[in-house]
Amino acid sequence: MSCGCCKADNKSEELDKIIAKYKDSRGALIPVLHEAQELYGYLPMSVQKKVAKGLNVSLADVYGVVTFYTQFSLNPKGKYKINVCLGTACYVKGAGQIYDKIAEILKIKSGECTPDGIFSLDACRCVGACGLAPVIMINEDVYGRLAVDDIPGIIQKYFDMEAEAV
Amino acid sequence: MVYRSHVLICNGTGCTASKAPELMARLEKELAAKGIEKEVKIVKTGCFGLCEKGPILVIYPEGATYCHVTPDDIEEIVNEHLVKGRIVKRLLLGDKDAEDVAKSLDNVEFFSRQYRIALRNCGVINPEVIDEYIAKDGYAALAKALTEMTPQQVIDEIKKSGLRGRGGGGFSTGMKWQFAAKEVNDQKYVCCNADEGDPGAFMDRSILEGDPHTLIEAMAIAGYAIGSNQGYIYVRAEYPIAVQRLNIAIEQAREYGLLGKNIFDTDFSFDLEIRLGAGAFVCGEETALMTSIEGHRGEPRTRPPFPAVKGLWEKPTILNNVETYANIPVILLKGADWFNTIGTEKSKGTKVFAIGGKINNTGLVEIPMGTTLREVIYDIGGGIPKGKKFKAAQTGGPSGGCIPASHIDTPIDYDNLIALGSMMGSGGLIVMDEDNCMVDIAKFFLEFTVDESCGKCPPCRIGTKRMYEILERITSGKGEEGDIEKLETLAESIKQGALCGLGQTAPNPVLSTIKYFRDEYEAHVKEHRCPSGVCKAMLKYTIISDKCKGCSLCSKKCPVSAISGEIKKPYLIDQSKCIKCGVCMDVCKFAAIEKK
Ligand SMILES: Cc1cc2nc3c(=O)[nH]c(=O)nc-3n(C[C@H](O)[C@H](O)[C@H](O)COP(=O)(O)O)c2cc1C
Repeated sequence: MSCGCCKADNKSEELDKIIAKYKDSRGALIPVLHEAQELYGYLPMSVQKKVAKGLNVSLADVYGVVTFYTQFSLNPKGKYKINVCLGTACYVKGAGQIYDKIAEILKIKSGECTPDGIFSLDACRCVGACGLAPVIMINEDVYGRLAVDDIPGIIQKYFDMEAEAV
Repeated sequence: MVYRSHVLICNGTGCTASKAPELMARLEKELAAKGIEKEVKIVKTGCFGLCEKGPILVIYPEGATYCHVTPDDIEEIVNEHLVKGRIVKRLLLGDKDAEDVAKSLDNVEFFSRQYRIALRNCGVINPEVIDEYIAKDGYAALAKALTEMTPQQVIDEIKKSGLRGRGGGGFSTGMKWQFAAKEVNDQKYVCCNADEGDPGAFMDRSILEGDPHTLIEAMAIAGYAIGSNQGYIYVRAEYPIAVQRLNIAIEQAREYGLLGKNIFDTDFSFDLEIRLGAGAFVCGEETALMTSIEGHRGEPRTRPPFPAVKGLWEKPTILNNVETYANIPVILLKGADWFNTIGTEKSKGTKVFAIGGKINNTGLVEIPMGTTLREVIYDIGGGIPKGKKFKAAQTGGPSGGCIPASHIDTPIDYDNLIALGSMMGSGGLIVMDEDNCMVDIAKFFLEFTVDESCGKCPPCRIGTKRMYEILERITSGKGEEGDIEKLETLAESIKQGALCGLGQTAPNPVLSTIKYFRDEYEAHVKEHRCPSGVCKAMLKYTIISDKCKGCSLCSKKCPVSAISGEIKKPYLIDQSKCIKCGVCMDVCKFAAIEKK
């Protein structure tokens, strides 16, 4: 995920629009943060400050909300966001081992991003695809009925895609 | 436009993940290639429930249900079934040789044992087309309420039906509405809890994705009953398909005048707004949910005052679960007396369960209250894979508990589950077999609550953490005498001291597993042994010398070269090097490796 500096102006305008859209509705903070995160990929301090000012709430309130909800992130995510479902159905079918394997291959833990910014790893709550347990999601793609042995191949696919892109 | 065939493709989350969208694209292409795209209509539906067999595709008028369909099967289905009228038997679900395909499902107990009220339209209609819902008596209950009944009559009917909340607690829905109706205030709110936090439950998502209009209709009825003109649906952000379909449905309902001002030309007005959750389990708790809609950290408030008196923005508010609402239109149309005939004495109607874990037919089932756990697991669920032994079923998620094999014949209803130390919860039912360690499962749930505790009250914030630490010690082979008793004492104080339902129920998974599987805890603590072979730290892989043929495969595959020996003689594992990865056991062709 890019840092956003190059297109800062563009995004900043977009953010103004988002704030303006919700400014007069009650309980606006969370919907604004959702859209801001969609725009920036995460919620850096500068964005939080702007939201606080725009909605006329204290920065502490904004920060409090951002850190309370797991969907909001203070750190950038990888280009490929890996979510390992650790819901109960997946867990009893071995999702823990799947998670360990990914962490081992990428050498990162939940909430972290690889230094090159390609992958980030999160253990997530039930995605509701329990029929396919155990499940991981990489961005929008769902991989189900996994075995630990499937993992290296799946990750390799994304490495290959990256190699081709360069 | 009259079509000669309808192809229903499940577009629930499970089947979408199993490539249903690709099937659609392929189907469109094949139909066009054969020039019959004007004769066959493709209908995107919600979940059929049997996710295990997905993606699922049903073709009418024959009623042929095809399962595990791959994009490459599409050509054959189009050629054979849709062009030549020949059923593709190899893909049929159920009896592949049934004379009449429509009957091929009759003996599939997964379907024949179910009684679908809340899920009545899921997998049957296209959730993105309001007319299809209306064709199934949709919005008729709202019309009846607004034009033929007073608000009090609506409440009386719901009370009489005996409907209890499907979101966990099982509180009488009619009573809740009555309390809110009694309040005199210029503004009241109707809220829907679609936060579905129990990991392993996805019935609400299925209704949202498969039949969003039923929720809209029911919330409008609730608005009429209590005197509210504004509703909020609080949906988890993890459910993008559900949110999208809800948005479409709300838009269509507004267009048809079923939301908005003067609905059915009465002076009743009602509108809805969607609010997205942001990934916090505690926001499923009613007061926390309202705090979150207000735009704050989703921390619970003390009750009383109850939401019916002071809820969202301090106004009288009712909050019901998605599945609860899905029952409302049917109850109004068919009457409380009809609803009353289904279920047990104190739990009326049906309950949707998401069965998952170690079970053959994972998926969603709706069964009459009072069905036994045995019927659910063996008849509907098709039993445990690989002939393993049933050990326990977990219900109620992180607030619930385990029901052991000795109670498998208990009829499932609110009160029976509570008596067993578990609870109905929102309907997640996770099956565990002999390979699951109950201490590990308890630790799993506690880790969840530690993570999700909002931190407002100390019993939950600190207490659950302490319990988790003890469990971690036990499962890593460092359990100490007295640990089990310590867990019990802590559990009792947390239950009594916590502010909201999250903390009050958090110890349940531990207490119920101690109650039924104390011997497993004792094996961990006293003998530093995990009887199911799950807790890694206590595991030992050994080679059974009688069975080992000395093929050397394990030794070659061992990532840390911990296995050595001479060809054709029994090999040996060096325990000091072994990292317990289990590769040797996986590769051994002679089942000569044992883990204990
Ligand atoms: C920690 C916690 C989490 C909850 N999560 C949910 C949930 O995900 N969905 C739900 O419908 N109810 C949930 N509930 C129950 C709600 O507080 C509330 O009782 C319910 O939504 C009321 O609706 P009902 O009467 O129709 O069941 C939760 C309760 C607690 C204490």
